[in-house]
Amino acid sequence: MGNLKKNWPIITLIVGILVGMVAPLALGLSTPGFYVEVLLGGLMSGVLYSLVALGFVLIFKASGVFNFAQGAMVLFAALAMARLAEWIPQLTGIESRLVSNMAAFLIAMALMVVFAWLVERLVLRHLVNQEGVVLLMATLGITYFIDGVGQTVWGSDIYEINLGLPKTPTLVADGLFQGGILINQEDLVAALIAGLLVLALAMFFQKTSTGRALRAVADDHQAAQSIGIPLNTIWVIVWAVAGIVALVAGMIWGSKLGVQFSLSLIALKALPVVILGGLTSVPGAILGGLIIGVGEKFAEVFLGPILVRTFDLAGGGIENWFAYVLALAFLLVRPEGLFGEKHIDRV
Amino acid sequence: MTNRERRIGEVILRVDDISLAFGGVKALTDVAFDVREHEVRAIIGPNGAGKSSMLNVINGVYTPQVGRITFRGTDGRQAAFDHMNPRRAAEMGIARTFQSLALFKGMSVLDNIMTGRNLRMKSNILLQAVRFGPALAEELEHRAFVENIIDFLEIQAYRKTPVGRLPYGLQKRVDLGRALAMQPRLLLLDEPMAGMNVEEKEDMCRFILDVNDEFGTTIVLIEHDMGVVMDISDRVVVLDYGRKIGDGTPDEVRASEAVIAAYLGVAH
Repeated sequence: MGNLKKNWPIITLIVGILVGMVAPLALGLSTPGFYVEVLLGGLMSGVLYSLVALGFVLIFKASGVFNFAQGAMVLFAALAMARLAEWIPQLTGIESRLVSNMAAFLIAMALMVVFAWLVERLVLRHLVNQEGVVLLMATLGITYFIDGVGQTVWGSDIYEINLGLPKTPTLVADGLFQGGILINQEDLVAALIAGLLVLALAMFFQKTSTGRALRAVADDHQAAQSIGIPLNTIWVIVWAVAGIVALVAGMIWGSKLGVQFSLSLIALKALPVVILGGLTSVPGAILGGLIIGVGEKFAEVFLGPILVRTFDLAGGGIENWFAYVLALAFLLVRPEGLFGEKHIDRV
Repeated sequence: MTNRERRIGEVILRVDDISLAFGGVKALTDVAFDVREHEVRAIIGPNGAGKSSMLNVINGVYTPQVGRITFRGTDGRQAAFDHMNPRRAAEMGIARTFQSLALFKGMSVLDNIMTGRNLRMKSNILLQAVRFGPALAEELEHRAFVENIIDFLEIQAYRKTPVGRLPYGLQKRVDLGRALAMQPRLLLLDEPMAGMNVEEKEDMCRFILDVNDEFGTTIVLIEHDMGVVMDISDRVVVLDYGRKIGDGTPDEVRASEAVIAAYLGVAH
């Protein structure tokens, strides 16, 4: 009972989210088929938020750096991939889209690894033991630098990543719901890729000695050093992994919407995700992304019309602020997020 | 000559003229001593005497302004350094435990101790991820080694428990286990018994002596409990205000006037 009394704010919040999830159906605001469509759409953008948030979490866990540049890394990686996929057929005469996409992906991946190495070499190494704010400012600098350099090198138009996936929606479960559900095949493939990436990361972290070293560094720098784990190498590895995650996110997002500057702004959408899930938790980043993705879609589609009707508003735009309001609510009742570590300092 | 005295070998670690200062504060001044193979060497002294600083110099966390560290590593070769660094120290076979626990709190007891084997794991990371072929064999081999340590420290029941949830005394054992997993040539223990009750202290003493007897590990330890120090160490260094004021067997040190003065104060 004591627990219940102490935790009522967070319990209220979670119950509120769950009620919000089922309300559209329960109140008869939508047909089951449409409900599932909106849900899937929300999960889909949620997966992409999760990927960006994952980049934040990886770097924060291992080095305590809040990497503001994650969004810029997404843009840079996506630009590299899009332009390389365009240039490779021109330069080599390779016709196959699959081959040139693969080659572009691998080269972009190599670029992100080089980027990680440079960041460690030129920036992080010299800022060891500095305040968190100093490191945050450094990543802010990196953000603007790679935003700019990306455009200098790759160009600043809107580019296309064509993975050769069918963009036409297909109708499924026609028998189950009236009118069936429209699903984008591209979305399904994207979700599959994201899922595989998360699985690969989980195996890397849980099963390999490098993964163990990464978790060790995340827990205690000094102790990790004492057993011979080299901090510098570990930082290069986490930044490289975060870069590869950014590449995958950029690739999926870019193939949906085109590669353009606004990609770097999805980092801002990942901030509420990490607040909600917890800055130090990988499962938190994934679940947080899904909750935010679904939440904002539901708010836009189902809550929007109600607000418009009740208060005679213009409507729209809910998608833009909903995530932040949710994050703010979490900050008030549970600052460490759903799965983050609670800091208890000895006094 | 007792059995123990006979097994003590050559000098494996020597520190010469070590001076370490933090700004204007002199933590260590001209400290010199040596450690022989297979012995238990204690560093004692009042609070703030520079004991932990000395360990941190040996293990490379602190860089002394002056001095020399000579160490005969796992490969049997002797090498001299102006200062160590933690990575090199670990590679040469120096392991340590911490005064204030520095465990990986989110990880299980097993994983914590397994990290001590990390330097020895050489197989391909992709094979490790899927637990295949040589990587699997290697993992099993290290796992077996770690299980031995877990048995030795009598913490079998907590194998899968996240370390952060264990009581303090057990966490200290895990800290020791992680250091042992490195199969160190030299083991540095920073107040292994601080904050323990009598029973836990007895257990820890037994573990330290067993490690020394069974694996022949050379041990340098810092301890405040004089009874414990005098019982288990072969030779003792006494520090006070960053200077060495005594060095010898427990009996010699106990009889030294400088040491008594440092601990009890002198009558004027």
